[in-house]
Amino acid sequence: MMGMKRDKKDEEDASGGNPFHNVEKTAVLQEARIFNETPVKARRCTHVLTKILYLINQGEVLGTTEATEAFFAMTKLFQSKDVVLRRMVYLGIKELATIAEDVIIVTSSLTKDMTGKEDTYRAPAIRALTAITDNTMLQAIERYMKQAIVDKSPAVSSAALVSSLHLFKTAPEVIKRWVNEAQEALNSDNVMVQYHGLGLLYQIRKTDRLGVTKLVAKLTKMPLKSPYAACHLIRMVCKLIEEEESAGGEVTALMDYLESCLRHKSEMVIYEAAHAIVNLRRTGPRELAPAISVLQLFCSSPKPALRFAAVRTLSNVAMTHPAAVTACNLDLENLITDSNRSIATLAITTLLKTGGEASVDRLMKQIASFVSEISDEFKVVVVEAIRSLGLKYPRKHSTLMSFLSGMLRDEGGLEYKASIADTIIAIVEDNPDAKEAGLTHLCEFIEDCEHTSLAVRILHLLGREGPRTKQPSKYIRFIYNRVILENAAVRAAAVSALSHFGATCEDLLPNILVLLQRSQMDTDDEVRDRATYFYSVLSRKQAALNSQYILEGLQASLVTLEKALLNYVQHPSEAPFDLKSVPLAPVIEERHVAPTGQLDGGGSRATPASVAAPTATRLPATATRQDVYIEKLSAIPQFDSFGPLFKSSAPAELTESETEYVVRCVKHTYAQHMVLQFDCTNTLSDQLLENVNVAVEAPEGFDILVSIPCEKLEYSVLGTCYVALSLPESVLSSTGTCSATLKFTVKDCDPTTGQPDSDDGYEDDYVLEDVEIGVSDHIQRAAKASFGTAWEEMGSTNELQETFSLPAIRTLDEAVRNIISFLGLQPCEWTDKVPEGKSAHTLLLSGVFRGGYEVLVRSKLALSPEGGVTMQLSVRSGDAEVSELVASAVG
Amino acid sequence: MDNQVLEPSLYVIKGIAILDNDGKRILAKYYDPNTLSTAKEQKVFEKNLFNKTHRANTEIIMLENMTCVYKSNVDLYFYVMGSNHENELILVSVLNCLYDSISQILRKNVEKRSLMENLDVVMLALDEICDSGIILESDPTAISYRVALRNDDIPIGEQTVAQVLQSAKEQLKWSLLK
Repeated sequence: MMGMKRDKKDEEDASGGNPFHNVEKTAVLQEARIFNETPVKARRCTHVLTKILYLINQGEVLGTTEATEAFFAMTKLFQSKDVVLRRMVYLGIKELATIAEDVIIVTSSLTKDMTGKEDTYRAPAIRALTAITDNTMLQAIERYMKQAIVDKSPAVSSAALVSSLHLFKTAPEVIKRWVNEAQEALNSDNVMVQYHGLGLLYQIRKTDRLGVTKLVAKLTKMPLKSPYAACHLIRMVCKLIEEEESAGGEVTALMDYLESCLRHKSEMVIYEAAHAIVNLRRTGPRELAPAISVLQLFCSSPKPALRFAAVRTLSNVAMTHPAAVTACNLDLENLITDSNRSIATLAITTLLKTGGEASVDRLMKQIASFVSEISDEFKVVVVEAIRSLGLKYPRKHSTLMSFLSGMLRDEGGLEYKASIADTIIAIVEDNPDAKEAGLTHLCEFIEDCEHTSLAVRILHLLGREGPRTKQPSKYIRFIYNRVILENAAVRAAAVSALSHFGATCEDLLPNILVLLQRSQMDTDDEVRDRATYFYSVLSRKQAALNSQYILEGLQASLVTLEKALLNYVQHPSEAPFDLKSVPLAPVIEERHVAPTGQLDGGGSRATPASVAAPTATRLPATATRQDVYIEKLSAIPQFDSFGPLFKSSAPAELTESETEYVVRCVKHTYAQHMVLQFDCTNTLSDQLLENVNVAVEAPEGFDILVSIPCEKLEYSVLGTCYVALSLPESVLSSTGTCSATLKFTVKDCDPTTGQPDSDDGYEDDYVLEDVEIGVSDHIQRAAKASFGTAWEEMGSTNELQETFSLPAIRTLDEAVRNIISFLGLQPCEWTDKVPEGKSAHTLLLSGVFRGGYEVLVRSKLALSPEGGVTMQLSVRSGDAEVSELVASAVG
Repeated sequence: MDNQVLEPSLYVIKGIAILDNDGKRILAKYYDPNTLSTAKEQKVFEKNLFNKTHRANTEIIMLENMTCVYKSNVDLYFYVMGSNHENELILVSVLNCLYDSISQILRKNVEKRSLMENLDVVMLALDEICDSGIILESDPTAISYRVALRNDDIPIGEQTVAQVLQSAKEQLKWSLLK
């Protein structure tokens, strides 16, 4: 034993004071045998136990057998009276509880300790017991736990409360019975007990809003001693305010309480309240002012964490209420030189959001001085700020661009680089003056870019934007360099980009063809295939082919295309496969960015990713709603002759949601027909409906061809009936209103079994709301990558122009949304985002009318001085009547 | 976006770590099963954290969607991690509690060697400060009272030579400092 000690001492010296330097798992587990010796050698055992816990903490994994053996050896140590050893045993139990087997063996020892006289044992014993307790055992210790919660020792009470919180996850029902004890803990003199009591009480009452309201009302009147508890209460109040707001309740008292917390004596609570106020949705300039002034004070605190917290919150406020933060500009300026780089960065980005155009150059210079020292997360924050700045002050693009390109050249991870590229792309999109410079920077970047996905996106952008610049030829070199130097994915993207140049710039075509020819020798299949494909398309020198097969991508839905091809292969026919028969993929609508984000131009954040990779915004290859419909409809033989499905509308409710019968209507449009699909639900459990159909009065020019009833409609089982209409010859009369009535035979039935009482039923009907057939039902959204080219190509043969005044619409944004929903067209080139503060806007829309006529709409909008919006609508399409119909849809 | 109301919950601490001056872990606990749940992720995170923090002693940093507050002394680095929406001052209060309790336990001798020698008590202190992410106690005096019950009258037979020497040294040092 002495020898061992000496060895240990030598190690100690060698490892610079770490007695655990060379601990090894198997050796330590061997040593654990000492646990079995009697009498227990407390010091030695503590040391060995510490070693085991240290090993586990270092990430060493114990197997189940090893853990179980160690665990059982450890239980022997309950004989010792040594306090530290006993408490290490508790720790050991908690650590091993999840790995070892049969851990409940120590339940009785722990229960004894938890109810015993020794205070220092009771609290940790409760917590150790929690770690090994399951639901069945919880019943047995429930009485002890309830007692412990109201124990006079704060440590015991806290331990019991915290343990209850942990147990709430698995056994909420049992814990809910302890509400009275938790209530008593809330009144404790000890700050931590109060905090934990509040936490448990809230957890129990969380789902009961009235309960929370009462609790909050009580607590806001009595000052809480614990700052933690006060912070927790503030969060509860905030949650309540948000909930009450959406339910239309009254929140003034709660807001007043939050404001009063700004005068609390603890900084923690003051900050929590300020943070809460600025983050609430309902907060306006009036509520904001006191919170901002508190944060302003914090900006000059000697504590870095407080400065950090303050400036971080201010930076968030600057997104939504830049004007409110201007008052702090001076304090923020002082923070630019803060030794904590995170604080300095946040200060600068906040200033960039609130400051004027004049300060941009100076601020950028200051960021440049330390940008290399901050973490990637913050660099992304800086980049975000620069993006919104670029959108706000287009004239500053050269400063910003050169800064961004400098950042691109520095070290950094993919996320960081991608955010810079996104920003450059966003600025390029937004500001035509910046385009050339931006593209040049991106070209330089891909010369030395290790991220394949980023290089592919940039090449895609170059292919789209490059040909439209003044001097497209200078990009060719950069792109072709990729073909020589990069991996297959990048080479393929580069080949595609080259083909875009070839398709658009005639003078470059011969050179491009040579380059493509060379790429046909590539080692990679994909690259070779692309080169061959583009070469053969381009060498025909036909503009129509170029635009159809190179500039516009595939618009058919991939899943349906796959099915159609499979079908074609299984039933071979002489006729070649017709791509036109595959319906277009509905363009996925981008999610609306939260309104708060749009205020500073941050609303554009959703777009940049899709700018570079339009294909990425398409749904992954799962069956879409439309594919489901196609499957259902193609099973009905009566509809076979209608041809392929062109479009399905979104379901429209024809009844209130809480009525006896709920009916929803989906309109399916074919080239010459329309099928109305009625999804009916019977919400009466004592009725069985039979022979259910919808009687439709079709508008002028529509003919009802066939009506397919639903034979039986049981309680809460969805049934479907169809009505097929033929569409009028004249496109102009394609819109109208159908009145609809649900007709059926009712049989009373037994609600429990669903069996009808008798065979006799009676006829009944139920009036539904009208089915509106609008222009949008005949139009499928289809994006155009380049609206201008398509517009020119279409020519002015079927152009129609009309001017409308829309007095009821107050903002351009609202006008844009209305027009899109009326026409059912796809906005192009991100013109559906109206830049903040503009009084005029041009919206570009495109789509396909049933029968395959392309429709392009250019709508110029302007706010008229006397309120309302004036709109000039220009429509071009492949058919004069279609143009007329579309033009008449708005108004 | 940051504009979200914090869900009222007592689970505020995502992790606590003590590293040495090479960035190696002495003790570390991660409480959120959704973040850094594997040992490998934790090691990578700690390495990253240490690289970002060991040069500038500036108390707070955001890393991997977490707010980390830290403090260092001689050859030890103390970290407390919370969600990036968490009240920074709560995290700082926990950090201060951690540091002050350990300082009391080690009798103001906050350095690696002495911490390693008292690792068992330090482990207990950590356990008393935070229980699975809930702040259990924030008063360093209460913590050191609850854990530092080491009797000085250890049976001489169980004391190692080193310990005897160490305690002698300690006593001498304190008598000189006074």
